[in-house]
Amino acid sequence: MSFLMLALDIMPKLLEGAIVTIELTIIAIMIGIFIGIPVAMGRVYGNKPVYAICTFFVEIIRGTPLLTQLFILYFGLPSIGIMLSPFMAAMIGLGINSAAYQAEYFRGAIQSVKKEQLIAAYSIGMNQMQAIRHIILPQMFRLVIPSWSNELIYLLKYSSMAYMIQAPEIMSQGRLIASRNFRTFEVFIIVALIYLVLVSILSKILDMVENKFRIPGL
Amino acid sequence: MPNVILRAENVYKKYGKLEVLKGISFQVKQGETTVIIGPSGTGKSTLLTCINQLTPPDKGHIWLEDTEITNPNTDINIIRSSIGMVFQHFNLFTHLSVLDNVRIGLLVVKKTPMKEATEISMGKLNEVGLGDKIDAYPAELSGGQQQRVSIARALAMNPKLILFDEPTSALDPELIGEVLNVMTKLAEIGMTMVVVSHEMGFARAVANDIIFMEKGVIVEEGKPDKMFNDSENPRTREFLHKITELYGGKTE
Repeated sequence: MSFLMLALDIMPKLLEGAIVTIELTIIAIMIGIFIGIPVAMGRVYGNKPVYAICTFFVEIIRGTPLLTQLFILYFGLPSIGIMLSPFMAAMIGLGINSAAYQAEYFRGAIQSVKKEQLIAAYSIGMNQMQAIRHIILPQMFRLVIPSWSNELIYLLKYSSMAYMIQAPEIMSQGRLIASRNFRTFEVFIIVALIYLVLVSILSKILDMVENKFRIPGL
Repeated sequence: MPNVILRAENVYKKYGKLEVLKGISFQVKQGETTVIIGPSGTGKSTLLTCINQLTPPDKGHIWLEDTEITNPNTDINIIRSSIGMVFQHFNLFTHLSVLDNVRIGLLVVKKTPMKEATEISMGKLNEVGLGDKIDAYPAELSGGQQQRVSIARALAMNPKLILFDEPTSALDPELIGEVLNVMTKLAEIGMTMVVVSHEMGFARAVANDIIFMEKGVIVEEGKPDKMFNDSENPRTREFLHKITELYGGKTE
C-alpha cells in the first residue's frame, strides 16, 4: 500500500483522534483561564494568605511533571474512591497544569501595565475593583496575547501526553493503528503532519486575534 | 468674598527619613488659580497628590469646601471624582480612544447614562479643540493633544478644582502654547486650579496667587505682581530671576 493510500485509509480514525485533541486543548485552556486569572490577581493584589495559597499552587504544579499529574489523577485517585474517565482526567490535568503557567503569564502582564494607568484611574475616582476591571484587565489581555499564544500551542502538543492514560486523542489512535498494521514510521509521520497543520491554523488565528486587538499607535 | 474651595492646614509628609513636606498651609478660593513654583525635589508634586490622597499625608488636615478630605471616614473616591488631576506625562488610558478616555469616568464612577456621558465628553473635547480626534488613540496624538485630552477628562467630571502637576514639562517647546492656552481659558471662565509649573509667563498672567516652595516649606506667597517685582524673601527673588531667565517669562 502506498503512503498516500495508507494515509487515506487511516485518516478517519486519526481525525477522530484529532477532534479529541482539539476538544481537550480548548477545554483545558478554558479551565486554565478561569483558574489562571484569579490566581494571577491573587499573586499581585492578594493579601498574605491569598498570595501564599496562589503561589503554593503555581509552585506545586510547575514543579511536578505533567505526566505525573495525569497519573495521579487517573491511576491515583481511584484508590481514594474517585474514578475519572481518561478524557475527564486528561481534561482536568491539562487544565490545572495550564492554569499554573497561564497564571504566571497573566501576572507578568498585569505587572507590566504601567503604574500611571492605575494612578490616573484613582484620580478620577475609580475604586480598586473598577480600576482593575476597566483599566488593568483590558490592558493585561492585550499584553498577554503573545505569551498566551505560546501556551495554547504548547497545550495542543502536550495534550499528546493524555495518550499515557488512554484518552482517545490522536496519539492513541496512531498507536492503535500502528500496532495493527506495523507501519509505525508512516503512521507517526502522518500524525506529526496533522499536528503541524493544527498548529499552523492555530497560530494564524492567534495572529489575527493579536492584530485585531492591537492598540492603534502603539 | 468668594468661597474657599480648598484649605490645607499644616500638611506634613515623610518618605522614610526624608521630610518632603514640613507643614504646609494654604487655601484656594473659588475661581482662583494658584501657581506653585520652586526648585525640583521641593515637594510640590507631593503636595498635589496629598490633596487628592494619592499619597496620604502623615499629618495635617485638608478640606474640600466643608468636607475634610483627610478624615478617614470621608469616601475618598467621591472626593477624587470632584477633584480633577492633570499629570506631567498625561497618563491617558492607552487602550481607550480619546472619547472613551474622557467618557469612562462618567460611565464608571458617576454612572451617567451613555448618551448623556457622550454629550458631556464631546462638549469638553470641543472645548479643548479636539472634537475631530474622538476616535484616535492616545499613542496616535502629539504630547500637546494628549495633554488636552487629559484636561478634557478632568473637566468631564465637572470638578470643583483641578490639580495640574507640571502639565507642560514633558512637552516639546512648540506644543506648550496650546496647553497653556486651554488652561488660560479655563482660568478665565472661573475654574479653580492649583498648578505646579515652571511657566513663569503663565504664572504671571493667569495666577491669582503664587506660592514659592522650597525644601518642604512655603517660603513666600503673594500676588504675581508682588512676587515678581517686589518679593520679600531673597531666595524668592533669586529663584524667580533664574527661572525667568531659563524659561523666558513674558514681560509685560
